[in-house]
Amino acid sequence: MVSICFYFQVHQPFRLGKYSLFDIGKNPSYFDDSKNREVFDKIAKKCYLPMNNLLLDLIHQHKDKFRFTFSFSGTAMEQFEKYSPDILQSFKNLVDTGNVEILGETYYHSLAWLYSKKEFKEQIKMHSDKVKKLFGVKPSVFRNTELIYNNEIAKFAEDLGYKAVLAEGWDNILGWRSPNFIYRPKGCSRIKLMLKNYKLSDDVAFRFSDKGWAEYPLNAEKYSQWINANNGNGNVVNLFMDYETFGEHQWEDTGIFNFMRMLPDELLKNNDNGFLAISDAVKKYSCVGEVDVPHLLSWADVERDISAWTGNRMQQSAMKRLYDMEAAVKRCGSKELLESWRKLTTSDHFYYMCTKWFADGDVHKYFNPYDNPYDCFIIFMNVLNDLNARIEHCRGRKSIKNLFGLLNKTKY
Amino acid sequence: MKVLMLGWEFPPFKSGGLGTACFNLTKHLSKKGISITFVMPHAPENATAEFVDLKGINKYNLKIRKIISDLTPYAGADDYAFNIGSLKGTYGSNLFEEVERFTKAAEIIAKEEDFDVIHAHDWMTYNAGLRAKEIAGKPLVVHMHATEFDRTGNNNPNMHISHIEYRGMQKADRVITNSNYEKNLIVEKYNIDPNKIEVAHWGVDPGFKPHMRQDIFSHAKKEKLVLFLGRVTLQKGPDYFIEVAKKVIDIYPNVRFIIAGEGDMLQRVINRSIELGISDKVSFTGFLHGEDVDRAFQMADLFVMPSVSEPFGLVALEALKNGTPAIISKQSGVSEVLKHALKVDFWDTNEMTNKIVNILRYNELHNELRDNSYEEARKLGWENPAQKCIEVYREVLR
Repeated sequence: MVSICFYFQVHQPFRLGKYSLFDIGKNPSYFDDSKNREVFDKIAKKCYLPMNNLLLDLIHQHKDKFRFTFSFSGTAMEQFEKYSPDILQSFKNLVDTGNVEILGETYYHSLAWLYSKKEFKEQIKMHSDKVKKLFGVKPSVFRNTELIYNNEIAKFAEDLGYKAVLAEGWDNILGWRSPNFIYRPKGCSRIKLMLKNYKLSDDVAFRFSDKGWAEYPLNAEKYSQWINANNGNGNVVNLFMDYETFGEHQWEDTGIFNFMRMLPDELLKNNDNGFLAISDAVKKYSCVGEVDVPHLLSWADVERDISAWTGNRMQQSAMKRLYDMEAAVKRCGSKELLESWRKLTTSDHFYYMCTKWFADGDVHKYFNPYDNPYDCFIIFMNVLNDLNARIEHCRGRKSIKNLFGLLNKTKY
Repeated sequence: MKVLMLGWEFPPFKSGGLGTACFNLTKHLSKKGISITFVMPHAPENATAEFVDLKGINKYNLKIRKIISDLTPYAGADDYAFNIGSLKGTYGSNLFEEVERFTKAAEIIAKEEDFDVIHAHDWMTYNAGLRAKEIAGKPLVVHMHATEFDRTGNNNPNMHISHIEYRGMQKADRVITNSNYEKNLIVEKYNIDPNKIEVAHWGVDPGFKPHMRQDIFSHAKKEKLVLFLGRVTLQKGPDYFIEVAKKVIDIYPNVRFIIAGEGDMLQRVINRSIELGISDKVSFTGFLHGEDVDRAFQMADLFVMPSVSEPFGLVALEALKNGTPAIISKQSGVSEVLKHALKVDFWDTNEMTNKIVNILRYNELHNELRDNSYEEARKLGWENPAQKCIEVYREVLR
């Protein structure tokens, strides 16, 4: 018996415009609305719409035998609302079938865990409220941004009441063990750990259209055989990937949609197989052992670390300067400034500053809307300087108001 | 394979990038077993001095023939009078007579020497190259390092010079140039068949030195330093540099702008700095020689190359090699090979200011840029351009 658990990550950041030194103090709009809309429209057309339709067809076709999981960042949900009510409706239609689960995460797809537990908690709550408001369901499984994970994060999620947490099924933490079972995070008593089967996930997400790959071309039949091979030595096959895999990273002409259309038929030929949402699997199977992850683990790059966001001096400095403003922006009382500040916590801004493989023009560059990591840092710092000035201004006004309040009080 | 190379004096010399390029190319061709007879114009007062550093060159492969001449590689018609005006005019100061004299002298050498291919560097040697081609019946490769349009910033180019360039490229068997930027310009302005043009990006010679950090500017201790280094001519954009200086100083006052170099626009730039009220924040060093160039780079916090039109821009690689990060004009060839440099349109003084201020303000940006671009520059050697030239020789001999 093996349960296939698809989880698709849906995220869009609010990208910054080319904010210059000469905008500081003059231009209050940091985000490039037309660029964000343009990217959204492109991805909606290539991925969200066709893939949502396909998944809805599959649910209609296979009924309760086809279940899966989404995670939407808060910024992505905002963009559904802002740019395309049709897309939002089509996601709602999927969730309304009852076959689709939604995970909890930080609202702003942030790295808040690393810098402020307070902000981390607030963003998780915000996200949960947003999911409830838009889709009418409450997340019960947690995944941190970029699957950043360690024992401490698991404990934190357990204390917030989550039933399970997701992480990369990386060999270094598993040793001889398989990612195809459910484990207990070290130091926890209730929460369960679902580990990504990165080999099978990446066969679809990264290698599907790679003509240099020995297994190219991949079809549903071959892939089903690989999954069937896990029968008897695993309970789950966790296929975690970006939703943009379908139509955006792997274009339609690679045959990715046909592959997905055929896959449930192929897999369900074997009566031992089934598709489950994450919390179904968590309910169905018990933990087979404990997994200890003392150091931070992510699902990114060959290192599976966080160096893509915090690896260089610009990233570290920008991140520190941003979180140094947390107390002030929260104290100043302006909702608008707090929202701007929070949009800056989105991990993508720091990813764009990555210099690791910039020169090789690889995947990092593909996702980067700016000329280079340095220009990205400059834009970010210009924005921070403006935001800082606005916070100071706001606090100044507030303290004057307080002073008047005090004077008024003394009158009576 | 034997090459008759019509080029320019080797460093250390007052010849900037072109002399350096000729030297490094010759050195690497020689290493790859190419025999070279190198014909160079040679200033009369230095005719007996030995300027060529032959270290690393197989002496048996290289023969140098000097022609006594006033020609310098960067001369335009007006510039020539400026450069030569102060020298004793041994041969008179008509540039075109001088070119003709050089051509005649090269003609004699072409008759005496044995070679398979002719390789001519920049317009002043093109007529000589064409004559040698006629006399010996050997193929000619012309190397376009800079066009008249680059030198004049596309502002009133001398038609006589651009015609020599056109004729040279038309009649040559192949054209080599230093960047796609330059190739496009040649196709567009001279209507040369793009298939005839090969791009060979320049490299930087590997003399990476430890930081010297010896101050040549006594006041340089506390202020941040932003450096312009090159000929102070329209092509190099010193006027944009001075406008940017004013904008930066208004926002980030603890800075000094250094202009290292000479040229026909120097007085104009000095006057402008006075007009803008920043003359106390701008220093002019004049032309820097040898090690002083490296020192200037190493003292500077940032190098800016705001060129209006730059066929390559070797000076940017020299800056990186010395551990100084660079902001370079998008209108340059070097911007095609550098990823770890900030790029800006030469006319966009606000964007240049934006970048400069942030680099001065944030050490983490400065240091990240410095370290990554240093590593990047180290990988850009002369192996590749030399190999490209050999491939071109082989093609024209086929």
